[in-house]
Amino acid sequence: MLRIRGGKVYDPANNIDGVVRDICIDGGRIVETVEGGRTIDATGMVIMPGGVDIHTHVAGAALNFARAMTPENQRQATPFLRGPEQRAGIGGPTPTTFATGYLYAGMGYTTVIEAAVPVLSAKHTHEELRDTPIVDKGCCLLMANNELVLDLLEAGEFERAKDVVAWLICAAKSYGVKAVNPGGVTAWKWGGNASQMSEPVLGYSKVTPNVIVSALAQIVDSLGLPHPLHLHCNNLGAPGNVTTTLETMKALEGNRAHMAHLQFHAYGGGDWHEMRSEAATIAEYFNAHPNLTADAGAVLFGNSVTITADGPWQHLLYQLTGRKWGNLDVENETGCGIVPYTYKGSNLVNAVQWAVGLELLLLIDDPWRIFLTTDHPNGACFWRYPEIIHLLMNADFRRERAKALPAKAQSRIVLPDLQREYTLFEIAIITSAGPARALGLSQKGHLGVGADADIAIYNENPDGVLMFRYPRYVIKEGEIAVEEGQIRSVSAGREFIVQPGYDPTVEDFLRPLFQQHYTMSFDNYPVEMHRLERAEVRDCQGAAT
Amino acid sequence: MITLTLKEQPSVPLEAEVVSPDVVAELTADAIAALTVFLGKRQCRLDDFFEIEGEASEEIDIRGDLSKIKWIGHGMTRGRIRLDGNVGMHLGAHMKGGTIEVAGNASDWVGAEMTNGLIRIRGNAGGQVGAAYRGSLAGMRGGTILVGGDAGLEVGMRMKRGIIAFGGRVRDFAGLQMKGGTILLRGGAEIRTGAWMIRGTIVSLTPLDLLPTFAYACDGTPPVVRVLARHLRGLGIALPHEPAEGAYQLYSGDSSVPGRGEIFVWKPAA
Repeated sequence: MLRIRGGKVYDPANNIDGVVRDICIDGGRIVETVEGGRTIDATGMVIMPGGVDIHTHVAGAALNFARAMTPENQRQATPFLRGPEQRAGIGGPTPTTFATGYLYAGMGYTTVIEAAVPVLSAKHTHEELRDTPIVDKGCCLLMANNELVLDLLEAGEFERAKDVVAWLICAAKSYGVKAVNPGGVTAWKWGGNASQMSEPVLGYSKVTPNVIVSALAQIVDSLGLPHPLHLHCNNLGAPGNVTTTLETMKALEGNRAHMAHLQFHAYGGGDWHEMRSEAATIAEYFNAHPNLTADAGAVLFGNSVTITADGPWQHLLYQLTGRKWGNLDVENETGCGIVPYTYKGSNLVNAVQWAVGLELLLLIDDPWRIFLTTDHPNGACFWRYPEIIHLLMNADFRRERAKALPAKAQSRIVLPDLQREYTLFEIAIITSAGPARALGLSQKGHLGVGADADIAIYNENPDGVLMFRYPRYVIKEGEIAVEEGQIRSVSAGREFIVQPGYDPTVEDFLRPLFQQHYTMSFDNYPVEMHRLERAEVRDCQGAAT
Repeated sequence: MITLTLKEQPSVPLEAEVVSPDVVAELTADAIAALTVFLGKRQCRLDDFFEIEGEASEEIDIRGDLSKIKWIGHGMTRGRIRLDGNVGMHLGAHMKGGTIEVAGNASDWVGAEMTNGLIRIRGNAGGQVGAAYRGSLAGMRGGTILVGGDAGLEVGMRMKRGIIAFGGRVRDFAGLQMKGGTILLRGGAEIRTGAWMIRGTIVSLTPLDLLPTFAYACDGTPPVVRVLARHLRGLGIALPHEPAEGAYQLYSGDSSVPGRGEIFVWKPAA
């Protein structure tokens, strides 16, 4: 039992905006009142629901590949020494599993969604998530280049495709469906890409990126998954990709969808020299279409590693940087590319990218539909979120920073003209309440009675970086996990999964295909439930909107 | 001056990055004795392995066969370390200034990723002299490494600036993926010299077996060689450059990258 007394509570889901009130916790959940137990005096402090990261890359084969490929980053990374409650590890752009849990919890985040998992390496992902302590987890399954699914769409067998998707979700123990560069990764296996939304994907005659996007969005909605289709659009990172993004959003009308790392999809201009922000165009369309949510995928200057299933883009990035390139082919399912990257303020393209992330967060009116992410570690490391919060909350600081950009970049962005400043209430929405709602996690992202007692308590400070980087307390399921930057208690987080229904005869269809095409036998393919720690199956009744 | 004398050979290599003028410059004898060195995962005291004389000095003399002692002079910025015998891996890695002199042989990674300072090895060195550690974009970014004898693989790998001179012969991949700086090979090299080099200069006084991706350009002694010769003379190294003595054959490459590196191969006058 725990009572948090006297703090200023920001709980947007319950429309509580900086009201001083007590929060009572019993049995890991928030309750009306408690008698006895410990009391935390939070007078003068700010209380928010624990952060929810809707899109991050913290576990699995791709991340491990990146860890192996960048020893130079590991050498410079912050070490975590073994302590009474803490396992050893390192931070940096690709932290080790245990350190990932400590770093997220240390920043007040208590739920994270690993955004890209192929079924083939799902076992590995779940085992790493198991070793990521404190935070609750879930993962999204890569589906938009799965050749079994694409073949069914080519044959016009939508119902069977739906059953296959549902079976794969159950097999992988995932929480949602992710689409990465629909069709493009499949085409990459022939050295191609899918840059036109309405042109057939290489190797197919009817399947176009538009077909894949709308079919998957329909499948996800008709299966009633709590989280909509989690979509990484075609032409990520390319100048002029705004048209692709708009076309994709049009193909999604009538369905829900979550647009991942929208920053990377909001560029104008014909080539790298003409690169400019089209955040305003995207925001205008987005504001008028409530079926969509998005996360920012904001960029901060500095060292990072780009990790994505988008193989063709990574090859282009490798050619642009001349640095290292890792490429993985995941059989019939997807691909993966790794390229270390350094975002530089002096670089026109990077400067525009930095501005676009912030512009989207400021130009999209409804904070319930745009969430704070950096597409960790692609745009920046997740532990740098407080820097973005400070930029959002302080227009003068933002303008000051924008002044340091190259003059050419300043003429390609609208950021300096934006006056909006986020309030703490809105920060609580974009970091917690909003993503929790978009994920359909009803017990997350708020502090109402019955919610999970995942709470971040901050010392109020006009400097957003100082305030959000070092919470005074972080409470996970009612236990004090972090106190003044020190790990106090380490619990195993839960893992959220869904188990949508499917026609059981789909296995008769899949089994021979597996024998023919996969290196793994059909019976060994699904992830066993015991690999997950504290799995919690969520209902498939669609998200409350 | 501080004198360290090795008492007994460690059973496994000992990591002793505390042996650096920056660390001991203001320490008392007791504090120096208590410095931490790592024997595998075990933390030991410096005086478990060394007799220590003197205190609070930027000059360190080390006696004994230190071929199992690693990381001496790591990241040092000033002062002088002198070793009368051999020394283990990572000598002067990440060094930023000062001088290290070794009378015997050194092992791999001498002056790896150093940015300034001077390292002089009288004997042979191992591989990866002045190189980039695995994964890093750049190796040595300044300073000088002089090796009297031979050296191993990948010397000057990804180096960006600075000079490395070898009196003897080096093994494969000298100047691998070199980005700048100068390597002098008095005794030549094994194969694949300058592979993937982007920029930088390799001078060899012995004929080299070059990759086909290096193209012969011309014979001559460009001014840069004269400048280099004058600089090296100050360090006690002679580099022929008078037209009467001969000329250098200039090769450029590595065109497989493509790069604009230069390899000068000395051809004495007939």
